[in-house]
Amino acid sequence: MKQRSLFDVISPIMTGPSSSHTAGAVRLGILARNIYKEIPEKVTFKLYNSYATTGKGHGTDKGLLSGLLGLTVDSCDIKNIFELPLSKNIKYSFEYEQNIDRHPNAVDFILEGKINMVISGNSIGAGNVEITKIDDFSTKISGEYNTIILFYKDKPGMISKVSTLIQDENINIASLECDRNARGQTASMCICVDGDIPERLIKSTENIEDVYFVRNVKKLED
Amino acid sequence: MDGNINTFEKLLAECKISGKKIYEIMQEKEALDFEITIEEVRNKVRKNLKAMKSAILRGLNSKEKSYSGLCGDECYKLKERYNKKPALFGELFEKITMYAMATMEENLRMNTIVACPTAGSCGIVPSVITAVSEKDKIAEEEEINALITAGTIGYIISSKVAMAGAVAGCQAECGVASAMSAGAVVELLGGNSNQIIQASTLALKNVLGLTCDPVAGLVEIPCVKRNVFLAIHSITAAELALSDIESKIPPDEVVDAMLQTGQLMSPLLKETSKGGLAVTKSGIILNRKIMG
Repeated sequence: MKQRSLFDVISPIMTGPSSSHTAGAVRLGILARNIYKEIPEKVTFKLYNSYATTGKGHGTDKGLLSGLLGLTVDSCDIKNIFELPLSKNIKYSFEYEQNIDRHPNAVDFILEGKINMVISGNSIGAGNVEITKIDDFSTKISGEYNTIILFYKDKPGMISKVSTLIQDENINIASLECDRNARGQTASMCICVDGDIPERLIKSTENIEDVYFVRNVKKLED
Repeated sequence: MDGNINTFEKLLAECKISGKKIYEIMQEKEALDFEITIEEVRNKVRKNLKAMKSAILRGLNSKEKSYSGLCGDECYKLKERYNKKPALFGELFEKITMYAMATMEENLRMNTIVACPTAGSCGIVPSVITAVSEKDKIAEEEEINALITAGTIGYIISSKVAMAGAVAGCQAECGVASAMSAGAVVELLGGNSNQIIQASTLALKNVLGLTCDPVAGLVEIPCVKRNVFLAIHSITAAELALSDIESKIPPDEVVDAMLQTGQLMSPLLKETSKGGLAVTKSGIILNRKIMG
């Protein structure tokens, strides 16, 4: 469970007008950036439901792009992001869809570049967000914790191998969730930890046999 | 101290046992929970307070319209009129109304504001703390105490009710902001912990059932003017509480009533823009005009 804070109530310092539709959009963009790790050549933002209908008036489109390009929720560049040189090096487009199976404020980042990836997230209220899916895998990334994401072959002992490496760094695990396509197929692990994640831990996790993909997703700073 | 202060009853008991003020208890708890010093907590609050004040200053000097073109020039209109004919209730009233409007207009211009508790209710707490402090020449440290007090009120209410129009209507956004603001005023004016909590309770009790039905789904109509109304509303609550007038329904029970009211409210009135003002004849025309 989330550690509640005074600053959940009297923060953040942000670009208006909406916690969920503007600040939330920026935060989703930042998390997508932290997962993808580089600037993609091309991104298609697919906005659903309320994000699709009222997004423009709330600058949701600007917020998503700004976050992906590394701006924070309090940046005064969000408003003019489409005109700034920063956004000229990336191809971007927006699609809009009504879909009752998706959250009212849902977005897909369809990222193309050295690798292709689809990252899905929701803005769940008061500026809080969650990344719910990377490609076909369920995730639970809220940005409140530094998080290790890995995809690997579903087989016995994987959790133990990874958690041993984390223990060796004297890092405390706050939560751990796994998901898989089917028995013996590709699985995903989502580990939230207290404190920082050293790069060597990511390297050693990558070296575990049958681990396909590892990411260190930094927590949101504000 | 019980680390989990999630009701007004627990908060008040803690004040009595420790002899500390609400802000002292909260800043200590925040420092403990997040392994930082009290000074660091206060500096974060100071930073937010300064950002609130710069939003007010910028807003006072702008007439820029929002993306929709519906709002943005109303703080200017207030200022013009007060220059010609002062407000009936005097300078404090003028300042609160202008500061609340200025902050909300900065918000819809996509400029920088501080969510308090949300962006759609960002005008209430800053306008009241700033205007009252200017009137009584209250020092920044005391404004910080007041802002932490306001935050504590919101913190406790949000233990039960999420601060989002989509969950519980506007009572959970502007309503909570006015409760926070009422408590902040009592703190600024030297009231005791019980009076602070009572002020918040009285403010909240009077906005139960407030709907969230914004035209075209934008944080503009009725949000901008509602911030102005509820800023003044919080002063009324503070005046009552400072006179030791108490809510006959205890604070935590009022929050329970708020939660139940939010659950009973139709989803059409909870940030979906499918009911109320949003679907009036004019609301629909404006929506078509903006959305094209």
